[in-house]
Amino acid sequence: MTPRLAWRSPVSLRYALAVWWRNFAMYRRSWQLNILPNFFEPLLYLVSMGIGVGAYISEMGGTSYLAFLAPGLVAVAAMNGASFEVTYNAFIRLNFEKTYESMLTTPIQPEDVLAGEVLWAITRATIYGGAFLIVIAAWGLVAPLHALFAFPLVPLAGLLFAAIGIAFALRIPNIELFSFYFTLFLTPLFLFSDVFFPLKERLDPVWFPVAEALPLLHPVRLMRHAFRGELDLVLLWDLAYVLGLSAVLLWVATRVIRARLRG
Amino acid sequence: MIVRCEQVSKCFGEKLAVDALDLAVEKGQCYGLLGPNGAGKTTALKMIYGVTPPSAGRVLVFDQDITTHTREIRARLGVTLQENALIEALSPVENLRVFGRYHLLSPAEIERRIEQLLDFLELRSHAKLPVKALSGGFQRRLAIALSLMNGPELLILDEPTTGLDPAVRLALWNRVRELRRAGTTVLLTTHYMEEAERLCDGLVVMDQGRVVARGAPRALIHEVLAPETLELELPAGRHAAVLARLDGVRSLRSGAHLLLYAADATALLDTVRTSEPAAQLVAVRPTNLEDVFLALTGTKLEGGA
Repeated sequence: MTPRLAWRSPVSLRYALAVWWRNFAMYRRSWQLNILPNFFEPLLYLVSMGIGVGAYISEMGGTSYLAFLAPGLVAVAAMNGASFEVTYNAFIRLNFEKTYESMLTTPIQPEDVLAGEVLWAITRATIYGGAFLIVIAAWGLVAPLHALFAFPLVPLAGLLFAAIGIAFALRIPNIELFSFYFTLFLTPLFLFSDVFFPLKERLDPVWFPVAEALPLLHPVRLMRHAFRGELDLVLLWDLAYVLGLSAVLLWVATRVIRARLRG
Repeated sequence: MIVRCEQVSKCFGEKLAVDALDLAVEKGQCYGLLGPNGAGKTTALKMIYGVTPPSAGRVLVFDQDITTHTREIRARLGVTLQENALIEALSPVENLRVFGRYHLLSPAEIERRIEQLLDFLELRSHAKLPVKALSGGFQRRLAIALSLMNGPELLILDEPTTGLDPAVRLALWNRVRELRRAGTTVLLTTHYMEEAERLCDGLVVMDQGRVVARGAPRALIHEVLAPETLELELPAGRHAAVLARLDGVRSLRSGAHLLLYAADATALLDTVRTSEPAAQLVAVRPTNLEDVFLALTGTKLEGGA
């Protein structure tokens, strides 16, 4: 008589892709408007900081400042590409547009909705991060082969920030709270995660564990090593962090979306 | 049997939204859930299409348990939600395509269904405009078209005509009748009594989560009240005297308004007039479900026709 267990259904990739396709159909409509600001933002940082500030910096981390900035900004582009999708847009679909409610009148289940949204956020992260990576490669800031190593890290960074964003979006009661998410969470990550300077060189070692907790630090470190074509043991930790935190948050988000959509 | 609910209940915390609902909808029927806002109609529907798990009881759709066969069952039914959930930036055709994908239909099948539905719901003239430019009536028709994308055997309509003007409402009723002729089973909620009387072969009247009456609309009217209604206006102080002389006539009093229910309301009027010449005739009319609802629950239906 208690059918609780049966109410969990495994994710179906085909239905998740139907959810993905819904967002894609919307995006196709307005991508020209969307892509420009998202694309130019990291480019503006690269030019202003890399060329402007970089003129006063002889080298950082063994390279020109411009070359130091490039990998971090690719990770940031992926982070931003994923974040908007799973925060404001997902919140509106859940609470205002009743999109998920209407999906659940078809064979689509809450787990598929979540998977589709995350896949879509990864797609957008890949569009923005990937486009920026191509520009950087064309600029000559990364060797073509190393750019190939770096490319799969773009969706990986997207996955991490899709998981963080959706877990937050599903739990908050009020859309205004996203301004906290962007200003007090993503902006500090942007500023302190090895993008603009090597964080640990400026920190007392007692703070290292705190630094390692910053989510953006890990995609940036992976990206920087890929840009240089270097391997290091710490990358295993970075990979484990990204995959582990994503898995935990998606597990949480699955539980929340089930509860939210199956009231 | 298309839908069978066996002692289905739903609690939200302390609140019992649906209390031991029994329901049986047969193939080809149009079945109605009637009641005021908050009666538990929408919750009952949500348990039937498997989005809300029942707290107790069992829901079978197409003879399968909804909790274990959710995807299979939903592939064969369509739901029009109370609130339209349309993609406003896209056109009706694009909305229909997205919905076709939700059902994993092939692109060719999607285009074929869209062609049929644009005609069936008369959407063709506005097929390419963004949804946000469409009137409420058009948007409602599109919402219904979405729920028909998969050619459902069971169509669930949650207050399909609330907020629509009478012409659009009539047009939608005709679409529902046509679907039924084609063999679709329909389950709808409404608080328009007229809608239920015109469309439904069977219905349950719900109030505060409980079923207070069930049956075919006319049978229910005959059973609870009587086929005809005599509406009179008479000083409230005289009501008791009138009723005392009329043995076994069901009545309802509201201020100076006195409603009497009888098989022959005209004959009843003559009887009343002999002793109460001052009684003002308001109307002699067929008894409707609104009267039944009033008699059963003592409350009016909000927004009723």
